[in-house]
Amino acid sequence: MSTVSSPVRGAAARSTALPAPAPRRRGPGRGWKVTPWLFLLVPLGLLVLFTYVPVANMVWYSFTSWDGMAPVKEPVGLDNYQRIFTDPDMFSVFLVSLYYLAGAFLQLVLALYFATVLSFRTRVRNLFKGILFFPYLINGVAIGLVFLFFLRPGGTLDAVLALVGVAEPPQWLGDPDLANISLASTSVWRYMGLNFVLFLGAIQSIPAELFEAADLDGATSWQKFRFIIAPGIKQVIGLMTILAISGSLAVFEIPWIMTGGANGTTTFVIQTVQQAFEFKKFGLASAMAVVLLLIVLLITWVQRRILPDEKVDLT
Amino acid sequence: MATRHNITGVAATAAAALALSACGGGTDPGEAADDGEPSGEITVITQRTDIVDTVFADYKEQFEAEYPQVTVNFEALTDYEGEIAVRMNTSDYGDVLLIPNSVTKDQYASFFEPLGTVDELGQTYRLVEEAAFEDEVYGVSITVNTQGLVYNKKVWQEAGITDLPTTPDEFLADLQAIADETDAVPYYTNYADGWPLSQWDGNRGAMGDPDYQNTHVAHSDTPWAADEWHGISDGLLYDVVAKGLSEDDPTTTNWEESKTLLGTGQVATMLLGSWAITQMQQSAEDAGASADDIGYMPFPHQVDGTFHAQVAGDYKNAVNVNSEHKAAARAWIDWFAEESGYAFDEGGISPLLDGPTPDTLGDFEAAGVEYVEMTPAPAGQEAHETDVVNTAEIDLYGNIYRQKLVDIARGAADGDKESYFAELNQRWADARATVGE
Repeated sequence: MSTVSSPVRGAAARSTALPAPAPRRRGPGRGWKVTPWLFLLVPLGLLVLFTYVPVANMVWYSFTSWDGMAPVKEPVGLDNYQRIFTDPDMFSVFLVSLYYLAGAFLQLVLALYFATVLSFRTRVRNLFKGILFFPYLINGVAIGLVFLFFLRPGGTLDAVLALVGVAEPPQWLGDPDLANISLASTSVWRYMGLNFVLFLGAIQSIPAELFEAADLDGATSWQKFRFIIAPGIKQVIGLMTILAISGSLAVFEIPWIMTGGANGTTTFVIQTVQQAFEFKKFGLASAMAVVLLLIVLLITWVQRRILPDEKVDLT
Repeated sequence: MATRHNITGVAATAAAALALSACGGGTDPGEAADDGEPSGEITVITQRTDIVDTVFADYKEQFEAEYPQVTVNFEALTDYEGEIAVRMNTSDYGDVLLIPNSVTKDQYASFFEPLGTVDELGQTYRLVEEAAFEDEVYGVSITVNTQGLVYNKKVWQEAGITDLPTTPDEFLADLQAIADETDAVPYYTNYADGWPLSQWDGNRGAMGDPDYQNTHVAHSDTPWAADEWHGISDGLLYDVVAKGLSEDDPTTTNWEESKTLLGTGQVATMLLGSWAITQMQQSAEDAGASADDIGYMPFPHQVDGTFHAQVAGDYKNAVNVNSEHKAAARAWIDWFAEESGYAFDEGGISPLLDGPTPDTLGDFEAAGVEYVEMTPAPAGQEAHETDVVNTAEIDLYGNIYRQKLVDIARGAADGDKESYFAELNQRWADARATVGE
């Protein structure tokens, strides 16, 4: 870490020693070359210190067999990576992510639907906006606990189902075929509000004249969505898709609180945490984190190739 | 109580902090004024925030009556492990404190005053070796716990059971009788909270051999064989669940609720340490039932016709090596173990060899249970078992592999008892080969 902070400190010291600026007036765009870097010094320093140095450390740990405490970090080459890619137990947990991925797409569709409906003139739409966004404001631990009581046998959900005549509801968390679906649904409930608000904001930035013109031409709601809204917020949809995919690969909070990864709900991140803190394999856990990072980067790259960053032109 | 069984996580970080401080202690222990009569003002640090102003205040009164020249002050820490580790980086960590789990044995001498040799203290106290390093003892247990099963006597009687089960098969038959005769859930796993499953590991003494873990477990390639402890205990857990004698949906269990369920007879049995008895009695009374309904039985396994149960010390009182009133501090430790009655009131076994057996363990007395004190691993071997555990990724002291065991038993995961135990044995043997003896 000292290797990083010392050049930063050195640069700061140098800047104070610089001579006073020349009296000559400078025109715009011709200024002193270092100035922008001086402004960037603090943010860049913080970025390097708190993002790149830890990531570099993590990459270095991933090539060792460090146990998290020992002063010596024994290098083991690619052993950790070899384990991740050859041990079927390591990679099979990504199958659990598929549940969350399916949930994420459902979440995007729902959010887009609600955002579209509520961007038109709807009665008490501010109330609906509030209701839809509200779950996102609740802290994740509280959501986990609330849904634990909601889904347990004889809990709220079963009580409601009993009212409509379902006598023998399944075990929402106890049945291994349903557990992941229950958890993914909880996740959809929690995060849909955020997607919804972002879509709504994007839709509202579309000029109102376009909708007026479409009304004059007699366009239906579906046509307005298909030809104005969807192309107008393409960028946001693309971004949300990447976030949804990477989010579903890195699910942690909800399954960790609700089932602790038991009953076949272990996700890749829960497995990483178990390796690091239960079995003291920080080296292996770091390698798993690096692999996850690479997968997310790969997905982002593929998405950028499919949906290139082009200017949106609605006219 | 849940937190007490999760301290190992904190221990890792705290140990790192302590390892640094171990080199920094500058005071020479020989210079302190520790000879002569107990006198002066001492500070006693405790983890019992709940009773520091009530029960401990009585202790202070009684102790000061016996030693008029000593004044006792208490400091109760909420997060004992975390807070004491930070304070132990200075010399100001009370006169009497509990040895934190994060301190390793070879660090004892830099933090605590030796109380005497193993032979000397072993004549008065139980389990002195648990806090001994190189023949010097550094701490005396505040209370001693044993292992077994808490059960609701009323429910077991209602099912027509009069004798304690002596084998796993008898135990299963008894649970079946409870399922048939009563409305109670025969056994509650507490699967969701996780840590109660780790209690299944804590009774290796049931095998009747004090040297068991120095000859088996990490010294065996097949701990899950039918005649070894993990094969017997995990095998029983498997059978209980597989026969449908446990709760319907283990994934939504709740520890606090389970205490009331057992107290009111909706659940018949749970495997837990003896520390749980008083909590169960309390929740039975809170729920309007009687504390007398709560019984404690030994693990259903006999060696030569006798039950055995492992005993292990709780936290241990120790004297700060930097204390200025060591004689007074030492007097408090002896008084606490011998006169205070703390262990008895807590439902624990006395740290004294000839101390009173608590009423809560009356059933053990009646069943003629023999207590087994486990021999610690020999020097240089202390980390062997943990190494095998971490390499095999089978968390003997945790819940991950036992949750999977329960899942397989209830048909929620693939496999059966034989295949899972074979897999565990295989992984264990491979890990042992990697770690070496």
